[in-house]
Amino acid sequence: MKTDPAGVLTGAHYLDGDFACGEGAMAAGCRFTAGYPITPSTEVVERIGRRFPMMGGTFIQMEDELASMAAVVGASWTGTKSLTVTSGPGFSLMMENIGLGAMMETPLVVVNVQRGGPSTGLPTMTGQADMMQARWGSHGDYELIALSPQSPQEAFDLMIDAFNLAEIYRVPVMFMMDECVGHMTEKVVIPPADEIDIVPRKLTDKPPGEFLPYSSDGGLVPEFARAGDGYRFHTTGLTHDERGYPVMSADCQEQNVRRLVDKIKKNADKIVRFEEEDTDGADVVLVTYGITARVARMGIDFARKKGVKVGVIRLIVCWPFPEKRIRELAPKIKAFVVPEINLGQMVLEVERCAGGQAAAVLVGHAGGGVHDPKDICDAILRAAK
Amino acid sequence: MSTTTITETDIAARKHPVAPYLRMDRMPHIWCPTCGIGTVMKCYAQALEETGINMDKAAIVSGIGCTGRVAGYMNLDAFHSTHGRAIPFATGLKLGRPELMVTVFSGDGDLSGIGGNHFIHAARRNMDLLVILVNNFIYGMTGGQNAPTTPLTAKSSTMPYGNFEEPFNLPHLAASCGAPYVARWTCLHIRRLTKSFKEAIDRKGFRFIEVIAPCSTLYARLNKLGTGFNLMQYYHDNAEIRHGVDTREVSIGFQDRIICGKFVDEERPTFLDNMQTHYTKTLGDKFMPMSPEGGLIHE
Repeated sequence: MKTDPAGVLTGAHYLDGDFACGEGAMAAGCRFTAGYPITPSTEVVERIGRRFPMMGGTFIQMEDELASMAAVVGASWTGTKSLTVTSGPGFSLMMENIGLGAMMETPLVVVNVQRGGPSTGLPTMTGQADMMQARWGSHGDYELIALSPQSPQEAFDLMIDAFNLAEIYRVPVMFMMDECVGHMTEKVVIPPADEIDIVPRKLTDKPPGEFLPYSSDGGLVPEFARAGDGYRFHTTGLTHDERGYPVMSADCQEQNVRRLVDKIKKNADKIVRFEEEDTDGADVVLVTYGITARVARMGIDFARKKGVKVGVIRLIVCWPFPEKRIRELAPKIKAFVVPEINLGQMVLEVERCAGGQAAAVLVGHAGGGVHDPKDICDAILRAAK
Repeated sequence: MSTTTITETDIAARKHPVAPYLRMDRMPHIWCPTCGIGTVMKCYAQALEETGINMDKAAIVSGIGCTGRVAGYMNLDAFHSTHGRAIPFATGLKLGRPELMVTVFSGDGDLSGIGGNHFIHAARRNMDLLVILVNNFIYGMTGGQNAPTTPLTAKSSTMPYGNFEEPFNLPHLAASCGAPYVARWTCLHIRRLTKSFKEAIDRKGFRFIEVIAPCSTLYARLNKLGTGFNLMQYYHDNAEIRHGVDTREVSIGFQDRIICGKFVDEERPTFLDNMQTHYTKTLGDKFMPMSPEGGLIHE
C-alpha cells in the first residue's frame, strides 16, 4: 500500500544522515519511537520528536536503552510501527530485548549510528565495529536482518525498506549507520507519499477462537493479532508452541527456534541485496559497506589506474550475508579485499564463504576516522599479485 | 462438623466463577501449595469481573519470576516479557494503543530489583498503568535468594546468616515518585484487596498495589516460619490497617507488623493527559494526537 502522507516531507532537502534516517522512519509509517540520548545517534530522535506530534506519532524518551527497547517491542504489539535509535553502549543494553523481539516475532527497527568502541570508546567519532554484534549480540539462536546505508539519501530510502522487511518477516531489523553517514549532510530527495510503498502489518482474518498466534500454516511467518482486538493471545520469551504457550521441551525448542532461523535463511535470496560492479574478469573484488564503500572509491580508482581489474560488492543488506554470490566469485578471482572500520568482522564472513578458494584480506581500521584510500589501494595491489 | 468429599469430576464440572477470566487450558498452574500468588490473581480476576471492564481492551504484562507467570494464566492479551522490563514493555503497549487498560503484574525482585529504575520513572511520569507487585520477600523462582525487599535479619539462600541490607519500603518509594494511588494488602485481605483492585482499575495514572504473599517453599522454610498457613496467621496477627498513613512509616521488619491500607489516592494528570494538554497549548491546531486505537496504518 502507499504510505500515510502525514509523515512524508516531500521535496529536495539538505539533511544529515541522522535527520534523513528519521524522515525515512516517518515516511515508512513509524508512529512510535522510544529512545535514550546517545551520541552520535541523537539527532534521529530529535527530528522525530519535533515532527511526531503533528502526525499522530508518540515519542518518549525512556530512562535507559533497556527501557527503550522493551517499550518498542510492547508498542509494536499494538500494530504501531516502532523504532528505537542508539549507538554502541546503548546497543549493548538493548540486546536482551532484541532477543525478546526475535522470540516474540515482533516487527521493529533498531538504528545504530556506530561509533568507536569497545565500552564508551569514541563517542563522537566513527566506527563499524558493531556489525557482528548486530548479528549475534543477543543470546541463543535467531536470525535477523541488518542494512547499512552509505549516504543520507540511502539513510532515507533504506529506512523504508527496513520497516517493510520487519513487517514481511516479523523480525527486528538492525539499521547499521556509522557516525560519518549520520553526520554527513547531503541532498536528500523525499518523493511524494503516493510513490512510497509500505508493507502494512499483516493482521489475521481468522476469528479469535480459531487464531493461533504462532501457527504459520506451513509457511514460515505467522499472521499477527494486535493487542486490543479481542484475540486475547499470549506471547512469551519462553520457548512456545503455536498457541504461544510455554513448552519446556527439546521438541518444542526445535520447532520454535528452527522456524525463527529458517524464516530468514530460507528467504535469504529475497532479502540479500548488494550493488555489484565490474566483477566479470576481476582479479580482486572489494567487499565493502557504509561510509567505507565511498572512501574506497579513490583506492579503487588508484588500483585500476595501475592496471588491476577491481570489482566491487557493496553490501546494502549485511545480514543475511550474500553467501551465494561470494561462493560463486571465489574460484574466479585472486582475492577479496575487505576494508572496514573495525579490526576484522565482515571479513570473517567473506573468508568463510570464500572457502579457501580466494584470499580474504582485511584492511582494518580501529575507528575514529575513515581509511586512507591509499591503504585500500595498496591492499588491492598486494592482493592482485 | 461435616466434611465434603470433592472428586476430580466434581471440580471439572463445576465452573469456577472466575474461570472466564483465566486460561483454564493452562491449569494446573506452576505455583507451590500455599503460595499466595494464585490468591492475588483470583482477586484480580474477580475485580475484572465486578468492574465489568471490556476484557478485549485489557492487556496484562509480566516480567520474570513466580509472579511473572500471572500474565500467562489471565485470559487477556498477555505478555510474558523479560526480567525487569514489564513496566517499559507495558509503557510501549499503552502509548501504542492508548485505549488499552494495561496491568503490570509481577514480583518484588522483578519490579523493584532488576526493574527498579523503570518503576520510579513510570511513577514519576504517572504512566497510565496498574502495577500489582506481589512481595514474598525473596527470589522464589531461582531458589530463595536475597531480594531488595527481604526484611533485615531474615535468611535467604544468599544471606544464610541473615540479611543485613536495608530493604525497600515500596509504598513510600512509589508515593515519593508521585504515584497517585498507592495501597498495600496481604494475601489474607482478599475482600479489601479485591476492592482495592476494583478501585484502581477505575482510576487513571500509575496505580501501585503491593500485596504481601507467603512463600512457604523458600522464605518460610529458610526462616523456620512454618507453612503458608503460619504465614497467613502472622498476617492475621500483625497486619494493621491504617488508611492514609504517611508512607515513611510503613516499612516492614522481620516478622514485624505489616501496615496495610490505601495510603495515597489523589488525582494527578497522567503522562498522556499532560502530553495532550501541553501539545494542544504549544502546537494548537497543528497537534495531531495518536488515535486511541493506536498508530496502525492500514488500507
